[in-house]
Amino acid sequence: MDFTFTDDQLTFREAISRFLMTEAAPEMLREIWETDVGRSPDLRNKIAAQGLTALSVPEAEGGLGMDDVAWALMTQELGYYAIPDSLADTAYVATGLLASLTAEHPARRLLPRIAEGNVRLAISHPVNPLVSDAQLAEVLILIDGDDIHVVPRSQVDVLHQPSIDASRRLGQVTWNPTAATCVASGVLGRTLQAQLLDRGALSVAGQLLGLAQRMLDLSVDYVAQRKQFGKPIGSFQAVKHHLADVARAIEQAKPVLYRAAHGLAQGDANASVWVSQARLACCEASWVAARKGIQVHGAMGYTWEVDLQMFMKRAWALDSSWGDRAFHKSRVSDYLFADGARLGPGHTFEE
Amino acid sequence: MELNYTPKQTAFRAEVRAWLAANLPREPLASYDTREGFEQHRAWEAKLFESRWSMVMWPAELGGRGCDLIEWLIFEEEYYGAGAPMRVNQNGQLLLGPTLMEFGTPEQKQRFLPRMAASLDMWAQGWSEPNAGSDMAAITSKATLDGDHYVINGQKTWSTRAIFADWLFGLFRSEPGSSRHHGLSFVMVPLNAPGVSIRPIKALNGKDAFAEVFFDDVRVPVANRIGADGQGWHVAMATAGFERGLLLRSPARFQATARRLVELYKANRDSADRDPSLRDAVLETWMGAEAYALSAYHTVGRLSRGEQIGAESSINKIIWSELDLKMHETAMRILGSRAELLAPGEGDAAGWLDGFLFAQSGPIYAGTNEIQRNIIAERMLGLPK
Repeated sequence: MDFTFTDDQLTFREAISRFLMTEAAPEMLREIWETDVGRSPDLRNKIAAQGLTALSVPEAEGGLGMDDVAWALMTQELGYYAIPDSLADTAYVATGLLASLTAEHPARRLLPRIAEGNVRLAISHPVNPLVSDAQLAEVLILIDGDDIHVVPRSQVDVLHQPSIDASRRLGQVTWNPTAATCVASGVLGRTLQAQLLDRGALSVAGQLLGLAQRMLDLSVDYVAQRKQFGKPIGSFQAVKHHLADVARAIEQAKPVLYRAAHGLAQGDANASVWVSQARLACCEASWVAARKGIQVHGAMGYTWEVDLQMFMKRAWALDSSWGDRAFHKSRVSDYLFADGARLGPGHTFEE
Repeated sequence: MELNYTPKQTAFRAEVRAWLAANLPREPLASYDTREGFEQHRAWEAKLFESRWSMVMWPAELGGRGCDLIEWLIFEEEYYGAGAPMRVNQNGQLLLGPTLMEFGTPEQKQRFLPRMAASLDMWAQGWSEPNAGSDMAAITSKATLDGDHYVINGQKTWSTRAIFADWLFGLFRSEPGSSRHHGLSFVMVPLNAPGVSIRPIKALNGKDAFAEVFFDDVRVPVANRIGADGQGWHVAMATAGFERGLLLRSPARFQATARRLVELYKANRDSADRDPSLRDAVLETWMGAEAYALSAYHTVGRLSRGEQIGAESSINKIIWSELDLKMHETAMRILGSRAELLAPGEGDAAGWLDGFLFAQSGPIYAGTNEIQRNIIAERMLGLPK
């Protein structure tokens, strides 16, 4: 029993964080928001050069072969810096799917390209009515009943749907399934779809937690500087207690996220329930961080001008991505209220 | 990250479980806020001690088993999972005990710790005073040096079960004219010493759950002081950290309550589902208890890697106290018109009521949750005072 990260995992996270701090400053995010495409190829290339796109690709296919636990840390960094890119969809969620295909499957040829950072995948799933980055992707992973298809962008039509989060690029995808693009069907198709969903949900959970931490940090900075009645407003208890509640929600969610990631990596039978618990905890932390954050920013919080807005909007937008809270709550509820559920002390970890 | 128990840990769990199954009291003990119940709990503690289960983390020479924190968590899970009695000597074992281990002399450790583990000495705490509650540095009770004794005068309050206890530990002003957190000493006082008088205070449950303690020229040997003269604040702050931290409120207790709440809801589903928020509260609090347990394992891992846990223990205190309150509020709402009844009834209604009353104190004792939020904001987030 060792519920901690390895030094390697923590060092990698720290390196990515330091890198993004300089390469993804809020001013740059704003610039990217204003562009039509909403993406910076330059930023994505730099991120790939740091090894992030290679994280989950098996070592034999040019990657680092790391698992969901590493992504529990990396997705927090992607959230913290509100990276305007669906990077984790390609490098984590889609990679997980491709890496579970048989060794000689032709779709695996995408894996080395993912590791090098020169292909973008977009993923559809029945829980997501729209597909993130569908317009920009070279390859789409699309679902048709039990079947999973890997489809070139040229074979689909995409209708752009603007989001309140200007860094989201959502599209409605229309296409005609053909046998040529099908990579999995039947039981295997359903299993892989379930895994896609869990990885997608975990990825969002990590990003939400990172967003919550960023909104807390921005709010702490603001209330330490902003003066009223001759003092920083951060010296007032009413303000302090708002932000203490945010810190509490974040700290409470972290281990829930980490256990879910570990459960996915190990293929634990209850991993889906744990992912949903993580999602609910991280959704809550990010919304509390947004609500309290805007409150302590006062009227400035309601403007386009302060950086807080970019992180709030991302948090609001991601809340229902890869399963809304009702979906995740119902999964936990089915587990909790089932006859014979093993609950209580001593049943926290899989036996 | 490795979230499986080792064979040794699993065997330890089985050993705890088997012992509890064979030794748990057949009938529930009376409330430890009564004389009768207090002595029943003391006898149970003695039984735990005989088999070295009372302080599993303490070294063998002090009556423990030298367990690590993971084994302690396992012990707690089995203990509360089995519905074993509440621990009556926690003020001693979990607050003073670690303080003595850190700051006590070898003689003090030998004199007090084994008797504490066996609950031969029951301990009350003497921190708060009528005008020093959240503002503990406002303490005025004095310990005046007179040769090799302190002469103690003043008043302490909110001393849990002090009317039944044998000893009290507390902070006293030993440097004349000192103020705030300077000049305080941490002293252990036998409650049968001449000049000590104790007046019980009835708690919400109508029982003598705590007391005021008056000191009138009470002579205590200087050897009963922990740490240096005037260094009491430093010693007490370490104790406050233990209290807010994991040790006093292990997650297992709250997980056991969360499980009982799920069972209560399931047994009363038809009436409870008239209010959809009840089912949601059951779900949310169960997730909260699980999150608290996960956080404990994560914290234990970080501690074993040499990390320090600071103001995060204030977060723990807010989490468990608000969780406990929410669970009991939900139970009361599920029980509906049965909730107010004192007589034992179906579905352990009286037990929930008792827990509900006690849960009211959670956000207040051990430093109010407002104080905890200040600590989080100032020490964790770095906001100005």
